[in-house]
Amino acid sequence: MTEFSFWDILRNLLLAARWTVVLSLVSFIGGGIVGVALLFLRIGGRRGMRVLSRGYIQLFQGTPLLMQLFLAFFGLGLFGIDVPAWLAACVALILWTAAFLAEIWRGCVESIAKGQWEASASLGMGYLQQMRYVILPQALKVAVPPTVGFSVQVVKGTALTSIIGFVELSKAGSIVTNATFQPFTVYGLVALIYFALCWPLSKSSQRLERKLNVAHRNH
Amino acid sequence: MSLIAITEVKKRFGDNEVLKGISIDVAPGEVVAIIGKSGSGKSTLLRCINGLETIDEGSIVVAGAQFLPDEVHLKALRLKVGMIFQQFNLFPHLTAGGNVMLSQMVVKKTPKKDAEAVARKMLDRVGLAHKFDALPDELSGGQQQRVAIARALAMQPIALLCDEITSALDPELVAEVLAVVKELAAEGMTLVMVTHEMRFARDVCSRVVFMHQGRVHEIGAPEEVFANPRTPELRQFLGVQ
Ligand SMILES: Nc1ncnc2c1ncn2[C@@H]1O[C@H](COP(=O)(O)OP(=O)(O)O)[C@@H](O)[C@H]1O
Ligand SMILES: [Mg+2]
Repeated sequence: MTEFSFWDILRNLLLAARWTVVLSLVSFIGGGIVGVALLFLRIGGRRGMRVLSRGYIQLFQGTPLLMQLFLAFFGLGLFGIDVPAWLAACVALILWTAAFLAEIWRGCVESIAKGQWEASASLGMGYLQQMRYVILPQALKVAVPPTVGFSVQVVKGTALTSIIGFVELSKAGSIVTNATFQPFTVYGLVALIYFALCWPLSKSSQRLERKLNVAHRNH
Repeated sequence: MSLIAITEVKKRFGDNEVLKGISIDVAPGEVVAIIGKSGSGKSTLLRCINGLETIDEGSIVVAGAQFLPDEVHLKALRLKVGMIFQQFNLFPHLTAGGNVMLSQMVVKKTPKKDAEAVARKMLDRVGLAHKFDALPDELSGGQQQRVAIARALAMQPIALLCDEITSALDPELVAEVLAVVKELAAEGMTLVMVTHEMRFARDVCSRVVFMHQGRVHEIGAPEEVFANPRTPELRQFLGVQ
């Protein structure tokens, strides 16, 4: 049996951590795009669309991400569609992220004072113009801290994809443990790598929030 | 011919009938003050004239154009009447100049250069030419309200609706805003203003409307309304016996 040095372990874990990063980015960006679409349907669409998007959001917020991953992986398989683990992981994480981001952003849009809608309406602006020039620029600013904060959940959420066999950081951790029988070292390193990914995100979220509060203290 | 013709307007919020058949005609250049207790429907009336609320019965005609609650008519109506709010409602992410320019560029598609020229002119008109680049946060309440007036004026409305525009201001800032309004009145702008400034109503307005429980309770020239209130409700409101 080959001996694994500490550096071998670390190297293997870091290589797998790349996939955690890639999966997080894909989920976050994809989820952001789907989330914007959901947001607009949720607040501005026709009644049917509003109900539909609200149902979608509640469904994805109200079920465990793990179930969503299983459904994407095994569910589509039932229809004879062979889904590779990476694809199921991306699809499930994107849809899950979208639901949460849409809801976070809806809160931000609704936090903009009613007077802003009324003033812009009284100046003759239509709905899309109000959104584009008055509401979204303000909502965007409010949205940055919670959005960055949520990205931490996305990074941690990617760990679940190990269960359907996608080899990212967590999965690599169990593979390396099986080969080395050093669970404490391995999982300790895994945890440290997650922390190194997440800590800067949550820290910057806090900092952004504080900055925003200072900018708003005159209100 | 009247510029704003309000006829038998009724407005309900659920079971609560807030306007119970209001009729007022406003002639061009007239300055009408609306007074009355809190909750008597003053704001709702102004909001109906501006199309921020839809009416349930009656009609509102502004400069010959009937008010209909669809996007095209609403926009046409809002281009004719500007509205100033108690809470200023400036766009906090834009400078004073940006506030005055935005709707010109977005709604009227005015080129940026022209919009800026108009904005400078309008800010000058309210005495704030030097604050073009200031953010709303950096302005006093009185200055913010004057920017809001400039913003409405930039759309060249034929009438302005003012809803308690000095009520959110510190007492020492009220005068500068009223001075601007007085000047507008002198220039012939048609104004409908909800106000608690009785002195101002007496000095500047051509007519005073006293609203009570969703109705026009008394209406007339300020001398008449203030000196000879006919109803006990108005007497009580004015605090005279
Ligand atoms: N959007 C609304 N929904 C329900 N009730 C409203 C709404 N706006 C105003 N009202 C009610 O209408 C009445 C008149 O309000 P308002 O026009 O603001 O009075 P005023 O401006 O004279 O103080 C009040 O009883 C108020 O509660
Ligand atoms: Mg009011």
